[in-house]
Amino acid sequence: MDKPLLQIDNLTIEATAYPPGEAPRRITIVDGVSLTLEKGKVLGLIGESGAGKSTIGLSAMAYGRGGIELSGGKIHLNNREIRKARGRVLRSLRGAEVTYVAQSAAAAFNPAKRLMEQVTEAAVTHGRATKAEAEKRAVDLFRKLGLPEPENFGNRYPHQVSGGQLQRAMTAMALCPQPDLVIFDEPTTALDVTTQLGVLAAIKAAIRDQGVAALYITHDLAVVAQIADNIMVLRHGKTVEYGTAEQIITAPKEEYTQALVSVVAKDHEEKNTDLPPILEVKGLRANYRGMTRDVLSNINVAIQPGTTLAVVGESGSGKSTLARVITGLLPLSAGQMVFDGRQLTPDQKSRSRDDLRELQMIYQMADVAMNPRQTVGTIIGRPLQFYFGMKGKELRNRVVELLGEIELGEKFIDRYPAELSGGQKQRVCIARALAAKPKLIICDEVTSALDPLVAEGILKLLADLQEREQVSYMFITHDIATVRAIADTIAVMHLGKLVRYGKKSEVLAPPFDDYTDMLLKSVPELRMGWMEEVMGTAAE
Amino acid sequence: MRRVPIPALIGLFITGLFILSAIAAPIIAPYGLSEIVGDVWEPASSEFWLGTDNIGRDLLSRLIWGGRTTILVAIAATVVSFVTGSVLGLFAAVVGGWIDQLLSRFVDLIMAIPTLIFALVVLSVMPVTIPVLILVMGLLDSTRVFRLSRAVASDIAVMDFVEAAQLRGEGRAWIIFREILPNALSPLVAEAGMRFIFMVLFVSTLSFLGLGVQPPNADWGGIVKENKDGIVYGIPAALLPAIAIAALSISVNLVADWVLDRTSSLKGGRNG
Repeated sequence: MDKPLLQIDNLTIEATAYPPGEAPRRITIVDGVSLTLEKGKVLGLIGESGAGKSTIGLSAMAYGRGGIELSGGKIHLNNREIRKARGRVLRSLRGAEVTYVAQSAAAAFNPAKRLMEQVTEAAVTHGRATKAEAEKRAVDLFRKLGLPEPENFGNRYPHQVSGGQLQRAMTAMALCPQPDLVIFDEPTTALDVTTQLGVLAAIKAAIRDQGVAALYITHDLAVVAQIADNIMVLRHGKTVEYGTAEQIITAPKEEYTQALVSVVAKDHEEKNTDLPPILEVKGLRANYRGMTRDVLSNINVAIQPGTTLAVVGESGSGKSTLARVITGLLPLSAGQMVFDGRQLTPDQKSRSRDDLRELQMIYQMADVAMNPRQTVGTIIGRPLQFYFGMKGKELRNRVVELLGEIELGEKFIDRYPAELSGGQKQRVCIARALAAKPKLIICDEVTSALDPLVAEGILKLLADLQEREQVSYMFITHDIATVRAIADTIAVMHLGKLVRYGKKSEVLAPPFDDYTDMLLKSVPELRMGWMEEVMGTAAE
Repeated sequence: MRRVPIPALIGLFITGLFILSAIAAPIIAPYGLSEIVGDVWEPASSEFWLGTDNIGRDLLSRLIWGGRTTILVAIAATVVSFVTGSVLGLFAAVVGGWIDQLLSRFVDLIMAIPTLIFALVVLSVMPVTIPVLILVMGLLDSTRVFRLSRAVASDIAVMDFVEAAQLRGEGRAWIIFREILPNALSPLVAEAGMRFIFMVLFVSTLSFLGLGVQPPNADWGGIVKENKDGIVYGIPAALLPAIAIAALSISVNLVADWVLDRTSSLKGGRNG
């Protein structure tokens, strides 16, 4: 039998950290990972951020991002050791035998050049095809990847195509030199669910047709289940579990993998109350200055005390704009908002301190939502100081109490945001919102930047807090699984309009309107063959 | 205590020396500022360590006294420039709208006129006293600080934590001084070092041209001017104050570099 295309043995990857004021220190990023990949197979690398999955992926091109050193083990590609390869060997390897598809296609394309030039560049410079051949191949790939007008698609500039199309063009770029191995680094993570499905199917078909092998890096188990033959689960740079896709998904052996698999399916029992709504939005319209088109048109929603309204939609659906209008950052152009029986003024600047206090917001990116130069104690303490005039010991005690509520201890009080993990940061943001004793918290994609297990913890915390404090949430998300786990009522938005609104049990039950149907169907399910099923029904 | 890199140590040492000699001028200067003690352009001797100047004053004493004036004027002008520039810059970035437009366009207008020429014109109509000099230099230079602080602050002003503060209902002063300023500080502090150096050069230039510090008072630029004719006869008296200007500029620059390094790796920058 031939040797496999890619064989990695006991790979160790290290980097040197330079903490200010301390001696430089070696950090092990990947620790003794071994894997093999046969021709034409797909290996999924899965793990949370910091697990070393991208680093391993890039090591297959003998590449380490800034300061990273492939310090030990063997990497065999096409029967030659490449870990220590330099110069000419690397040039013959990268872009020819191995190619790479990055997460953000928009950042990876040169905006000043036409797509065709960029897609064929690697194949031509590596002498793998003449310009004419490469262009023919590219058109072929555009067709296979389902891009519009494959003959002329290459004449466009990157800004003239959508995000999903750009990601497909990047796949074409990677496949054009006819490599032996393609590394996909989270190619669909930045896309909407409905777009993700199409791109995923296109990638899968192209891999199959070309017979190339692929390393598919993602944090989404449901995505990798659709595309991989084998899956490796990574954590802290070590292999947790390595096996066939079927085994990992249906019969995971390790506790960590089991937790990853089970995180997907959580349901939340719908609460019903007859109390008057805490927030009622009527006939709301909004547009950005200088634009005639409404970003939001005729939105009517209400939130009952102690319940959660989930606002679902793709990017551009206006769901975040809705939050900005309610908080008064973007004044509405028509309609009204009634908050706890009081009329809310359109502009945040003219609202009373109580209106501001009772309506809090939690952001998607916790690290930019906190001032990096303030300690956790200041961040959580400021609302207490500002709204309730607390000082000294009283203030400190309340901050410690709040830290307890978000399951962080007193020792966090003097830390800076940079010293916290992603999940801890988001908890501090929750505590800051909570400190104001709000009646409604707007949560803008609060879990989408977090790893699944961490996100689960945050959702559970939010649910517990709701139980205890009777606070209402308006939960903005694009993730249906999150909606199932937390919502009592659901508003589905599309292109600035409300397409479906009601109790969770009603919204998520047929008969569906077309858009909701598509949205629900596009959410990857954690089972093999799901994509074929969906694509099959779509084709009919 | 974290280690101080060697260039910064050298910079600190030389800067410290200059500042000490400026403070202690009355004690360490062997002679008075305008005391005529010898012949014209005497060479260095045990009596006059660096020789005498164009009318027979001790050059070392004049350099020490002149350094005092130069450093005082430069520091004061930097403070004026910083306070005006950064407060207005941060304010313009936070407020935005027409106030920002008005301030920014006004600053563009001032900057369109070469600073030196502007300063010469203003100083030729105003009485040239040290407070006027400081004010003119500081205000002209504050345009640079304004642009920098406005640019830094407008990047910070759109961050979510500033929005969060706005939603909390915080006043403008809190947003400028507690949310934005601490995050803008590291480029501003480094800029302060740079601005100080430019001020030293600026005041020296003005004095050389005769519109800066007026005789009998002296600063380094003025001493260069007085002794420039000696160069033709191979007398190095004009070079000594020039060397002092260069040494001070370079040493402050070394310190400013180190401060920039240090502040940018404070708690907030510990992500990497």
